[in-house]
Amino acid sequence: MNHLLSIEDLDRATIERIVTQAERFAEVSDREIKKVPALRGRMVLNLFYEASTRTRSSFELAAKRLSADVVNFAASGSSVEKGESLKDTVLTLSAHKPDAIVLRTPWAGASELVSKWCSAAIVNAGDGKHEHPTQALLDVYTLRRRLGDMDGLSIWIVGDVAHSRVARSNVLAFQRMGAKVTLAGPPTLIPRGIEQLGCEVRYTLDELDSADVVYALRMQRERMSETWVPSLREYASWYQINGRRLTPRQVLMHPGPVNRGVELSGEVVDSPQAVITAQVEAGVVVRMAVLYELLAGARDARPAPERSRIAGAPVPVAHPGAQLA
Amino acid sequence: MRLADPLVGPSDESAALLLRDVHVLDPRARIDARHDLRVRAGTIAELAEPGTIEAEPDEELIEGDGRLRLLPAFFDPHVHLRTPGQEHKEDLQTGTRAAAAGGFGAVIAMPNTDPVLDSAPLLRSLRDAAARQARVPVGFLAAITRSLGGEQLTEMAELRQEGALGFTDDGKPVQSAGMLRKALQYQRLCGGVLALHEEDPTLSRGGSMHEGTVSAALGIAGIPTVAESTMVARDAELAGYEDARVHFQHLSCAASVQAVAAAKARGWRVSAEVTPHHLMLTEADVRAMDTRMKMHPPLTTEADRQALIEGLRAGSIDCVASDHAPHARDEKEVPFEQAPMGTTGLETAFAALYGGLVLPGVLELGLLVERMTAGAALFDLPTPLVAVGEPANLTLVDLDAEWVAGEHGWESRSENCCFAGRRLRGRVLLTLAAGALAHRDRALAAVAV
Repeated sequence: MNHLLSIEDLDRATIERIVTQAERFAEVSDREIKKVPALRGRMVLNLFYEASTRTRSSFELAAKRLSADVVNFAASGSSVEKGESLKDTVLTLSAHKPDAIVLRTPWAGASELVSKWCSAAIVNAGDGKHEHPTQALLDVYTLRRRLGDMDGLSIWIVGDVAHSRVARSNVLAFQRMGAKVTLAGPPTLIPRGIEQLGCEVRYTLDELDSADVVYALRMQRERMSETWVPSLREYASWYQINGRRLTPRQVLMHPGPVNRGVELSGEVVDSPQAVITAQVEAGVVVRMAVLYELLAGARDARPAPERSRIAGAPVPVAHPGAQLA
Repeated sequence: MRLADPLVGPSDESAALLLRDVHVLDPRARIDARHDLRVRAGTIAELAEPGTIEAEPDEELIEGDGRLRLLPAFFDPHVHLRTPGQEHKEDLQTGTRAAAAGGFGAVIAMPNTDPVLDSAPLLRSLRDAAARQARVPVGFLAAITRSLGGEQLTEMAELRQEGALGFTDDGKPVQSAGMLRKALQYQRLCGGVLALHEEDPTLSRGGSMHEGTVSAALGIAGIPTVAESTMVARDAELAGYEDARVHFQHLSCAASVQAVAAAKARGWRVSAEVTPHHLMLTEADVRAMDTRMKMHPPLTTEADRQALIEGLRAGSIDCVASDHAPHARDEKEVPFEQAPMGTTGLETAFAALYGGLVLPGVLELGLLVERMTAGAALFDLPTPLVAVGEPANLTLVDLDAEWVAGEHGWESRSENCCFAGRRLRGRVLLTLAAGALAHRDRALAAVAV
């Protein structure tokens, strides 16, 4: 594995390898000295174009526990605000020769682009509404620890699917691990055509009790510039996961940060069914496993970046139905 | 109303050459056979049986060996030449060089420049510049509304007197039906076609690609096809009500084709164009988030593509237009959602459609030539014709030539072509535009004597 750009690129065996490695690192976290020297002398650059507390600190902690050097670069207050393009920023920072760049941007496909502009291993820490692969990996890790084998599990992902990179990565990851995924939410927040990912779609929670796992998505108030639902109050009355809707045998997940009283009621957040803090804990060990997978012993094997003329895109191949001679 | 000559370009009508034994194909002139053709002083002087005209010393001789095709030069009613204001993307010279390289004998430039072409003095200066710089004649559409703001009509009558072929807010729709209705009414005074970019911004807002399975998988906000088709239906009805003449730009979906066909069936004076990229590519080509595949309207589904091909074949869609939309490399070398909309297309239009539709037997070559020249008449301009006494608007093509788009660079200042890197069939060797030699391919030296 050269980069972690999307769950789409990963097969089940790779996901299992990373998760198993994370389990080994979990033992390290329980020790008095939580550091291992696996990535001593390596440099991890956190490049964040969006506000993030938990993802960034979790990557920082993961890198430090592996003894790597960490540089944090936030877009606000930097050259980015002076109009520097993503490419120029990446090329400039590449002069410091980072071994890995952890990248979060509001733009789909940005990580893949960056992977073509520099020789560092790229970890996608969220690209627009596209993917958030390490979140999906830590969710798989958390579920395996809680429930064991995921084959045949029924997982409902509930809420604002349209604006959720977590939803897209998790649909792919959960399915790769053998689970059956249902997306539920208001019709205005379920993208047309999403069932092509192989999941089911529901507009009510009437059949929620068939789920083994309920994964609530954050209702992203900051994305609510347009009216997607009549009100948060009406949203909550139809889609909030609360004590009335959640049955005792179900596991509750949420990527955080939680809007109490909107997508989750306070009581379920604090219930023993909720694994929300376990997800946060898993974040560090899973990200350690990802960095380890990408960097340990791979420095010389790293291929040179391919240079492409525009947008780093591959030369297009003719559409099957539209053969160009 | 006295109107200026609507097309401006090179005044050099000096081409003198003999095209010997070329296969002339012009469906309007009902020619599909080998001929010798002589151009003198920029005019088609002789058309005779192959091998019957002897070359004279003061003319260039080009041997067609019965194999090279001579077609009427193509006409593109929709290009962005980016002048004034965005000359780092394209200018009158590079844009018309690209047109000539693609076999186009004339083009119509869009007014969404910086500043917007919405006043007579600006049109006058642009036409002066085109007369000096353009490689092929250029016609200009002026804006319908000032600054494309959608709120106040431009001085349409004065713009027409200055030579505006018609009007468009291309790049943006005229969102208000009431505003468009006023323009349609005013057309009774000033004439000129109203060319419409159809998009309901309340439906398309925030979208970067077609709303469908690919946008759902990528998490990129989609533009539903109804953003276009509902506006086509609305404006066709408005045009019918006002008995106005409108032209629908760059149709992208089946529902729009149906709306145009229905409007034509009711006798409304509407016409429509389609781009090579909407005829050849689909949302599947956007999967890799290549910004060259980002354009307005977006690439749609295979079913839409088939409907567009059928519409072009059946005549619901009147002509092909490239919507040549150059952007600088650094503007396109950004994440997909940040990139500007548009692909260049002048240099690849014919080859993409010849290889993609004619060779597989989907479209007759004669019909493709008809649809690539039909734009002129839609804007009340003479259609290029291969006949003695006509001005030399001719394109010589080698249908057997294979080439990779972009392999030798581009005549356009920009390289954001959605067909870049693809193997194409059919190469334009020579273009004569309004009697002047506008383009000669490097390969032609080999066949010239």
